[in-house]
Amino acid sequence: MTVETAVEKGTQAAFGRLRLDGVTRRFGKQTALSGFDLRIEGGEFIALLGPSGCGKSTALNCLAGLLPLSDGAIWLDEERIDTLPPEKRGFGMVFQNYALFPHLSVRKNVAFGLSVRRVGKAETARRVDEALRTVELTEHADKLPGQLSGGQQQRVAIARAIVLRPKLVLMDEPLSNLDAKLRVQMRTEIRRIHQTLGLTTVYVTHDQEEALALADRVVVLRSGKVEQIGTPEEVYTYPASTYIAGFMGYRNLLELPVLSVDDGRVTLGETGGLTLTGIGQEPITGGRAVAAVRPEDFRVAGAGEAENRMTLRVEVSEFHGREVAAEGVTDDGRVVHFKSPERIAPGERVALTVQPERVLVFRESVREAARALDGEDLGGQNLGGQGLSGRAFDGPAGTGAPDGG
Amino acid sequence: MAVEAPPRPEAPAPGRGGLRHRLAERGVDRVLLLLLPAVLIIGLLFLYPMIYGVGLSLQPKNGGGPLGNYADFFTDSYQRGTVWKTLKLALPAALINVGASVPIAYRLRGRFRGRRVLTALLVLPVTLGTVLVADGLLRYLGPKGWFNRILLDLHIVDEPVRLIYNYWGVLFSLLITGFPFAFLLVLSYMSGIDPTLERAAATLGAGPWQRMRRVVLPLLAPGLATTFVLAFVLAFSVFPSANLVGEPAGETRVMAIAAYQAAFEKYDYSMASTIAVLMGVFELLVISVTLLLRGRLYTGPAMGGKGS
Repeated sequence: MTVETAVEKGTQAAFGRLRLDGVTRRFGKQTALSGFDLRIEGGEFIALLGPSGCGKSTALNCLAGLLPLSDGAIWLDEERIDTLPPEKRGFGMVFQNYALFPHLSVRKNVAFGLSVRRVGKAETARRVDEALRTVELTEHADKLPGQLSGGQQQRVAIARAIVLRPKLVLMDEPLSNLDAKLRVQMRTEIRRIHQTLGLTTVYVTHDQEEALALADRVVVLRSGKVEQIGTPEEVYTYPASTYIAGFMGYRNLLELPVLSVDDGRVTLGETGGLTLTGIGQEPITGGRAVAAVRPEDFRVAGAGEAENRMTLRVEVSEFHGREVAAEGVTDDGRVVHFKSPERIAPGERVALTVQPERVLVFRESVREAARALDGEDLGGQNLGGQGLSGRAFDGPAGTGAPDGG
Repeated sequence: MAVEAPPRPEAPAPGRGGLRHRLAERGVDRVLLLLLPAVLIIGLLFLYPMIYGVGLSLQPKNGGGPLGNYADFFTDSYQRGTVWKTLKLALPAALINVGASVPIAYRLRGRFRGRRVLTALLVLPVTLGTVLVADGLLRYLGPKGWFNRILLDLHIVDEPVRLIYNYWGVLFSLLITGFPFAFLLVLSYMSGIDPTLERAAATLGAGPWQRMRRVVLPLLAPGLATTFVLAFVLAFSVFPSANLVGEPAGETRVMAIAAYQAAFEKYDYSMASTIAVLMGVFELLVISVTLLLRGRLYTGPAMGGKGS
């Protein structure tokens, strides 16, 4: 048991680097994950983000050893591990439905891995107590999982995974069965445990807010391929595509013809209608392009401001505490979401503007990105504004405002 | 509540609803009264003959007080021996059928191509009558059957192995006819176990055998106990195969045969009833012990948590 004693010692990560080389998994003719490359440094918190069917759970199961790879390899430092069965990998996993053993008490659930490894009684008791203390479940130790609430069950599942001090902790949408308030609490808890125990964590989620809040690096997947890898700041500020912008809080995705391109600054618009100047995120030459704008980046335009000015008739306004989230319609019928610190009544007309630096311009059409998100055609009428938000990915990211949901 | 609410049309009339409510509070559901005709019929067809049989068993033909037949049964070693002979067939048959079902059901629980065909093949013997199975066994396991011929040709044995007209023939017959029942039940219990539990166990370091022993078997155990009880009852009342492929005068003179002989060879209905009652007593004994043990197991749901 040399591995364990090494891991036991302290908050140092148990390995230097985990490498996924072209990991591919096919189910029959369908490719769920294709050529997935990733380097994970010891101690990192990685979030795999994407809608259902994007391959994120497949990737996690491949890492855990629960699914054999169709192609590619996984390396832990210099050891190739993708051919090892799950029980030989020494990774901890937290499942979406918790997967607690219903016939065992909380204590025995947590002790399961230790008892399989024939760790001594005293040692087991000490480590189980410690793990239960970490997740604050000491007083429930003798209950059966069925007697616990969802949040408590989730904490047992986490304790059971971390008590082994695993080299890598895999979490498969662990919070998706909890209610909203508990979800935020447990999120903080997971991050705290990750830091204090010096774990390396791979976390699968479809909730961009969770991914941004927790991860050191976010891996956005799309149809089995990596779309973007970056820190939460990078992904949030510079989404690599319309698809990512759509669930990173760029609720306004306005598809317009390209009018002019000037050294990265792209102007989109229709003659006599809306014109918007923004920063091209990918090389743009002509045709149509998508301008992505966050609702909170709009502000009320002053009298003399002409750049990126648009006039809206307010349709709906929602009170969100410090601000009002509103939906307006331009004269040519495009829906625009914006926020305002002052109360706005439906029917009012407002002039808005947005800095060109805050307008991201992408090549890919909204329709294509939406199809990747949920595999269904959105239909023409939504192309103006609603776009991707409010579907698989709900609301703007990271702000904590009770928005979009 | 003093609020004047318009009476809802679907609300029951106050009197009737009130009565139903009061009865419900005492745990009485009037709809259950509809069961009465069925209860009466069952009483007439089942309970009455049973009580009549018990009464009959207490009126011995040869005198000796109401318990005379019971005393006779246990003092006569030829009669008393049938209890052991029956248990010796029914217990192993039930255990083997349940035991063999576990690994097969474990393999067949997932989704894979050909699962239905395989399951159907395994369940097929249900449709065969005992007589057909006995006939097949006689031909297959007989001194000139395939089985013995292969053994002889391979020089594994020098003379045919006797597998019919004795204990083994009856046991084989019980295994063939009893297995499908046990298998179907175990398969459904097995499918009720959340497969992510095993995956969780694997990520915690448990190999295939450990997963079986620590997760699958404990969750399956209550179901196995129930299956065992049913398989046992089925095997305990063995009669045709004990006659056809067994040795009804000796090794496989089971209780049912003893009862049959008492009734239709000696025309002693009282003794036959006594033996039938004793069959029930021994079955109940084994069932109670099994269910008592089952009560000490975890019998809750075999799911790992919320969702899915």
